[in-house]
Amino acid sequence: MGTSVFYFVATFSVIFSLMVIFSKNPVHSVLYLILTFFTFTVHYILLNAQFLAVVNFIVYMGAIMVLFLFVLMLLNLNKDNEPLKSNMVKIVGVIAGCCLVVTLVGSLKATAISDPVVLKNPNLGLLKNLGKELFGPFMLPFELSSILLLTAMVGAVLLTKKEKA
Amino acid sequence: MDIAFVIEKFILVTIIFAISLLIAMYSTYAERKVAAFLQDRLGPDRAGPFGMFQPLADGLKMFMKEEIIPTNANKWLFMVGPGLAMLTACIGTAVIPWGSDVQIGDRIVPLQVTDINVGILYIFGVVSLGVYGVMIGGWASNNKYSLLSAIRAASQNISYEIAMGLSIIALLLVTNTMSLKEIVEQQHGWQWNIIYQPLGFLIFIICAFAETNRAPFDLPECETELIGGYHTEYSSMKLGFYLFAEYINMFVSAAVMATLYFGGYNYPGMDWVLLNAGPLFGPLIGTVVFFVKIFAFIFFFMWVRWTIPRFRYDQLMHLGWKVLIPLAIANVIITGVVIAIIEKF
Repeated sequence: MGTSVFYFVATFSVIFSLMVIFSKNPVHSVLYLILTFFTFTVHYILLNAQFLAVVNFIVYMGAIMVLFLFVLMLLNLNKDNEPLKSNMVKIVGVIAGCCLVVTLVGSLKATAISDPVVLKNPNLGLLKNLGKELFGPFMLPFELSSILLLTAMVGAVLLTKKEKA
Repeated sequence: MDIAFVIEKFILVTIIFAISLLIAMYSTYAERKVAAFLQDRLGPDRAGPFGMFQPLADGLKMFMKEEIIPTNANKWLFMVGPGLAMLTACIGTAVIPWGSDVQIGDRIVPLQVTDINVGILYIFGVVSLGVYGVMIGGWASNNKYSLLSAIRAASQNISYEIAMGLSIIALLLVTNTMSLKEIVEQQHGWQWNIIYQPLGFLIFIICAFAETNRAPFDLPECETELIGGYHTEYSSMKLGFYLFAEYINMFVSAAVMATLYFGGYNYPGMDWVLLNAGPLFGPLIGTVVFFVKIFAFIFFFMWVRWTIPRFRYDQLMHLGWKVLIPLAIANVIITGVVIAIIEKF
C-alpha cells in the first residue's frame, strides 16, 4: 500500500512542479509551488518523518510561500508590463537548462537505480528521536547552521537600513 | 484497520464538523446579542423567540443573493478563496481532544479524531495556512482595496505567528510533549498551564486575536480605509463563507486556548464526578465543561471586539515586533532558567 500511495503522490509532485514552470501567471506559479510543497509534506509522512513533515508545512507552505505571494502581489506582474527578453538571454537559458539535464542524468546514472531506500532507523523522524539526535551527536553542525541563519537574518536587516548621510 | 474503527472516526468527524458549524452559526447571533447588550440595545429579536432563528434567516438570505463574479477577476481563484478559508478553518479541529475516553459497552472510544505526536505544530501549521484564503480571494478580486487588504492580512499573519510560536515554545518547556492529549492529561484537576505560563497565555491570546482577524486587529477588513477589505467584491454565499470562516476560526482558537492553558476537559473535583457518573457520562461531563470554557473564550472575543477600538496599522506592527516578540523571548528564557534550577535542586 505504501508504494502505491507513494507513486500516486509522486505523480502529483511531478505534475505540480511542471505546472510551476509552465504557468504564465507568476501568482499561479507560486500557488502550484505551494501544492508541490504539500505533496512533499505527504512524502515526509510516508517516510514516518512527522516532525519534518509538519515543519515543512509551517515553514515552507505557511511562511515562505506567503512571503513569495506577498511580494508578487505587491509587484503585480502581468503580461502588459513583463519585460521582453532578448534572444541572447533565451539562448543562454537553453544552454544552462541543457547543462542541468546532463548533470542530473549523469548523477542519476552514478547511483544504483534498483537500490530501494531502506531506513536504518525507521523511527528517527519522530519528535523525541530527532531531538536526541540533533542535540546529541549532531550538536555542532546544528548550532553552526543556526548561527549561519542568524547571520543571514542580521545581514538582511542591515541591508534594509538606510545609510546615514 | 477494522471497520468499527473507521465508522467510529467517521461519526466523530461528522459530529465535530456539525458542532463547529452550529457554534459558528450561533456565534453570529451571540455576537449581535453581545454587541446589543454592551451598547444597551435589544439586538435581533424578531425571528422566533428572542430572535433565535435569526442565523437561519441570515443563512437563507446569503444563499438567495445573486452571485456576482467581477469581469476582470480571476474566476477560478475567486471561487477557491472562500472555500480555502472554510477548509483551513475546519481542519484544525482534528487534533483537539474533546474529552477523555468514553466507554460504550466494552469499546473504549477516544473523543479525539487523531492524537498525532506533533499536535501543537499541526495547529500552528493550520493557522499559518489560514491566510491563504484571504490572500487568494483578495488578489483574485482584481480590486486595489481587496489587494491592499490581502497584503495587510499576510504581513499581520506572519508577524504575529512569530510571537505565537515563541509563546508555544515556553509552554512546551513546561509540558515536555507536543501531543495535545498528553498536555490535557497533565493538567488533571486544577493544575492548569495558565498557572505556570501566565505571560505566555497573554501573548498567545493577543496573537490569537491577530491570527483570526478579530477586532482590535481586524485591519484587513478596516471599513474606513478599505471599503470592505478582502471581501469587497464578494457576494452571496461566498461572502457568507468568509464571514463564517471567521467564526469557525474563533471557535477553534478558543478550543486551542482552553486545551493548552485552561485544562481542556479537566476541572476541580473531576475524580469524584468520574467515580460517581460512570464511564460513559463522566467523560461527557468533562466535555460539557470544555465547551463552557470555549464559550467563555468566544464571549471574551466578542467582549473585546465591542470594547476596544481598532488599532492603526503602525501600532499593530509596533505591538507585534517590538513588544510581543521580546516579551515572548524573555518568557522562553525565564521559563528555561526556572526549569533548569528546579531540576538541579
